Amino acid sequence: MSSIVSVLSLRKAYADGFEALKSVNLEIEEGEILALLGPNGAGKTTLISTICGITVPTSGAVVVGGFDTQADFRGARNLIGLVPQEINLEPFETVMNTVRFSRGLFGKPRNDAYLENILKKLSLHDKKDSKIMMLSGGMKRRVLIAKALSHEPRVLFLDEPTAGVDVELRKDMWNVVADLKADGVTIILTTHYIEEAEAIADRVGIISKGEILLIQDKAEMMAQMGKKQLVVDLAVPVIEIPAALAAYSLEIGPEGASLIYTYDTKGERTGITTLLNDLQKAGLQMADMQTRQSSLEDIFVGLVKETA
Amino acid sequence: MNFTAVASIYRFEMARFFRTITQSLVSPVLSTSLYFVVFGTAIGSRIQEVEGISYGAFIVPGLIMLSVMTQATSNASFGIYFPKFMGTIYELLSAPVNFLEITLGYVGAAATKSLFIGIIILITAFFFVDITIAHPFAMIAFLVLTCISFSLLGFIIGIWAGNFEQLQLIPLLIITPLVFLGGSFYSVTMLPPVWQTITMFNPVVYLISGFRWSFFGTADVSIGLSLAAIAFFTGACLVAIWWIFRTGWRIRQ
Repeated sequence: MSSIVSVLSLRKAYADGFEALKSVNLEIEEGEILALLGPNGAGKTTLISTICGITVPTSGAVVVGGFDTQADFRGARNLIGLVPQEINLEPFETVMNTVRFSRGLFGKPRNDAYLENILKKLSLHDKKDSKIMMLSGGMKRRVLIAKALSHEPRVLFLDEPTAGVDVELRKDMWNVVADLKADGVTIILTTHYIEEAEAIADRVGIISKGEILLIQDKAEMMAQMGKKQLVVDLAVPVIEIPAALAAYSLEIGPEGASLIYTYDTKGERTGITTLLNDLQKAGLQMADMQTRQSSLEDIFVGLVKETA
Repeated sequence: MNFTAVASIYRFEMARFFRTITQSLVSPVLSTSLYFVVFGTAIGSRIQEVEGISYGAFIVPGLIMLSVMTQATSNASFGIYFPKFMGTIYELLSAPVNFLEITLGYVGAAATKSLFIGIIILITAFFFVDITIAHPFAMIAFLVLTCISFSLLGFIIGIWAGNFEQLQLIPLLIITPLVFLGGSFYSVTMLPPVWQTITMFNPVVYLISGFRWSFFGTADVSIGLSLAAIAFFTGACLVAIWWIFRTGWRIRQ
């Protein structure tokens, strides 16, 4: 697949000397959903703002659809839609007028049929003549998406689209994103909700302190880095791990009622069979057992901690 | 050139004006009427004539200028400050538009609004005093140029302002005194010589003088000087705006 967005050695230092981005390189493929995951202040918004033209890079370049965002800003920006993190809307204007304004701003001729279709998809059509101040928070967020889509962009940036949004609405938003992907729109979203990245992204990039620490196919990342845990519930609680089991680096669960064994799924041997045999030999009686896969969250926390 | 974008910004800004049409138009009409009642009738009846013109008619160009300058400045500064305040400016900065297009949209709308108000005040004036316009085309040209140049100034103030107080600061502390002391209600020749010299440093004098010339054919300063002053003022504002967008001052980090 070809890249629709190329970020090349992008660096951004603010006037006070703070380096928000440290030579970031990133290739975004056409049609994918890329989630940029990072803690607050990691540089997610700065990265998006710089790609979209709101912030001027200190050095480096961004190419969108073959257009340099600095030298050829019109070509590049025509391809980009941006949904900002904050709900920034003119409160006294109607939904339709606001969306129409956005389309015009991008130099596209008026096309109300197209805009009404967007509003329908976002369940906003019956509110098209309402003033924005009359809408709920969730609806306002969807108005921002409608504005970003009004000029038919090929790349959509969603900066924390579900920050402060209730669970139901978050699921709605995920459906909207899935529909957009089906329409062929490339989507880059930032989030600090790991479950969000896990639920909708094709690839996940982890960003911390202005650097991309890792960027990988989500499934691959989880498979490669994912650790699994085997939890053995004991019939009789233990106080300490028997010496015979020392080689397994087991942890004792709450109140000694279980033993936890962490193993690597990509390892040649998981060691489960021998562990179970050794448990029996040590005279421990099993009541139950379960395995659990570590989530993106564990990977994320692990990586960010390492660089801290 | 992205003309669709210019038209979009212009329409969006004008929509704000028409949404609040009553307060946009009623307040200037009311305040002008009050000026006519107080200065034109109550005080003016004792002044008789200034430079051969009845005082009521003499203050018409100054009154229009006073309103147009303050309205153009406040409309344009609010027009660009509001998106900054609301955060909606992100859209302008990420759209395929350059500084000229943004300026044309916002300043064009602000200039149109103030032009409307200027014309309404002129019409209101006809109800109070007898006036004839000696050079109607020059009058319109001066009016339009003033609307544009003060809208440009307002646009700069709106970009500069970091809060609502600052937004009011320059119009209140600089523009209003300059306009009042620029001969809106009197002829510069009525002042003592020292003050006449000092007054000549007030750029507004040239604008009001030129505008008054277009009504009555007489002026405090030569018409060429008036034109040069307004051209210089417009040019200076344009250069400032070009610099602002080139450096991203106060808008693009």
